[in-house]
Amino acid sequence: MSDQLLKVTIDNITVEVPNGTTILQAARKIGGDVTPPAMCFYTPLKGSGGKCRTCLVEVSKGSEKDPRPMPKLVASCRTTVMDGMEIKSITSQRVLDARAGVVEFLLLNHPLDCPICDQAGECHLQDLSYEHGKNGTRYEFQRRTFKKRDLGQYIQLHMTRCILCYRCVFTADQVSNKRVHGVLDRGDHAEIATYIEQNLNNDFIGNVIDVCPVGALTDKTFRFKNRVWFTKPMTAHRDCDKCCGEVTLWMRGDEVFRVTARKDEWGEIKTSEKTGNTGWICNDCRFDKKKASDWTIEGLAPIDRHSVIGQGKYKGLKKPEETIEKVLDGRKPRLLMNIHSVSEVNNPEIELSEINGPATSAVFKKNNHE
Amino acid sequence: MQPLTNRSKQVDRSPMTFSEKLYLPSIAKGMAITFSHLFKKRPTIQYPEQTRPFSQVFRGLHVLNRDEEGRERCTACGLCAVACPAEAITMEAAERMDGEENLYREEKYAAKYEINMLRCIFCGLCEEACPKDAIYLSETFAPANFNRQGFIYNKQELLIPNPLTEKEAYEKAAGGRVRKPVNE
Repeated sequence: MSDQLLKVTIDNITVEVPNGTTILQAARKIGGDVTPPAMCFYTPLKGSGGKCRTCLVEVSKGSEKDPRPMPKLVASCRTTVMDGMEIKSITSQRVLDARAGVVEFLLLNHPLDCPICDQAGECHLQDLSYEHGKNGTRYEFQRRTFKKRDLGQYIQLHMTRCILCYRCVFTADQVSNKRVHGVLDRGDHAEIATYIEQNLNNDFIGNVIDVCPVGALTDKTFRFKNRVWFTKPMTAHRDCDKCCGEVTLWMRGDEVFRVTARKDEWGEIKTSEKTGNTGWICNDCRFDKKKASDWTIEGLAPIDRHSVIGQGKYKGLKKPEETIEKVLDGRKPRLLMNIHSVSEVNNPEIELSEINGPATSAVFKKNNHE
Repeated sequence: MQPLTNRSKQVDRSPMTFSEKLYLPSIAKGMAITFSHLFKKRPTIQYPEQTRPFSQVFRGLHVLNRDEEGRERCTACGLCAVACPAEAITMEAAERMDGEENLYREEKYAAKYEINMLRCIFCGLCEEACPKDAIYLSETFAPANFNRQGFIYNKQELLIPNPLTEKEAYEKAAGGRVRKPVNE
């Protein structure tokens, strides 16, 4: 019985999955629009899911043996499939309405400061509200605000952006050996916090940045350096004695602006090719190895073709051959203008990627010739 | 091909008549047209002294707007640069430090902001993309220059004068285009 495949029908597409699979994972097997969005569920984290309610689906037929529909919408990340189950995801108006409602609730206290937020461009909440949300808000009251906080040297916490998905708490519990942060208080006051601003100095704590679906936890070494879509994601690896060393480098030219773990199409950290486990990366790889020479670069990372990150990036681009030197018998053309003599942006004297933290006016004043 | 207008004429290759060979009637006809223009309204204007009004949708040189307290609105979100089809806009962001709250509106600001006017095609997509009402295309031309160097406009050149300290200059630069600060 247990190794028998169960037949599930999601939006009239039938798929066979093993016993114990959740509806969400069955839908991901189909892929495309049918897959419910998930903000809190994260496959590598045990116990995650069931909190954000964005993955609600309608079960119109319980199973082959008991064909009664489920009375309420169910969270697909926590409901396992039954043989002969029929599920409606995007074909049900109830589900679409419920998702729009959930998005509205998630955005109640969200500051919508996407122009400032470093997560913009790869934010799941942005995608979610764009695809499932409504245009406006009906909220008329003061939004809940928190002060921004430093969680240790490398991680910046913007509690106002947090949607309380608990992913970072599970990560700290399961990936690092000691958790010093968690969710304090209840209800409207609930926040991710540490007692007495404790340093999160575990070797793997940087992974909370990758699992955060919004911009609540961001990399301080990348803070305000560049927008995500102006950097180029390159897969790279290095020999690391702590982690698998398989990462994505976010580069501009030869500068490494940010290092993240490799993610799959659902935004979850991929399984490492070397170890076969989830490819969590250590803090050394993430925060300290910011030189291209530290890494063996493999090539352009896959980018979703609907993502803004794809702008200006071309896979397999062949640069045309330079012919001027050939025509001029090996003489180099005389350059009429060096852009650095006029432009102040991308000043070769200021290596933004090597500053440990956001640039401030002091950084630019140092080389100001005005 | 089908003629698109009814003004097309067959070329007449028949030999000229005696009156046509004289040319004088044709010359007189032409001079009459010229003479009649003396009494018509002159369409030319004396440009540097006189100027024509700009169209409501004219797109000229960019300005970076300030808010009612004279703080820079731009947060270096990069949406203008990503919208720019000519890739003329570049910027570098910085974090606002304590004591700079009167200079910059948000916690992040554009430390460097440049528009390459040699690349810019004045399409106005940057203005459309801006979520902060920070960039506007004004009613002025980009002035001509003998050097390419003169076309890289930095933030100091693009910023609108401060509405608190230089009110008249601000009004002049803002024109009828820039959204004036309202109490939000």
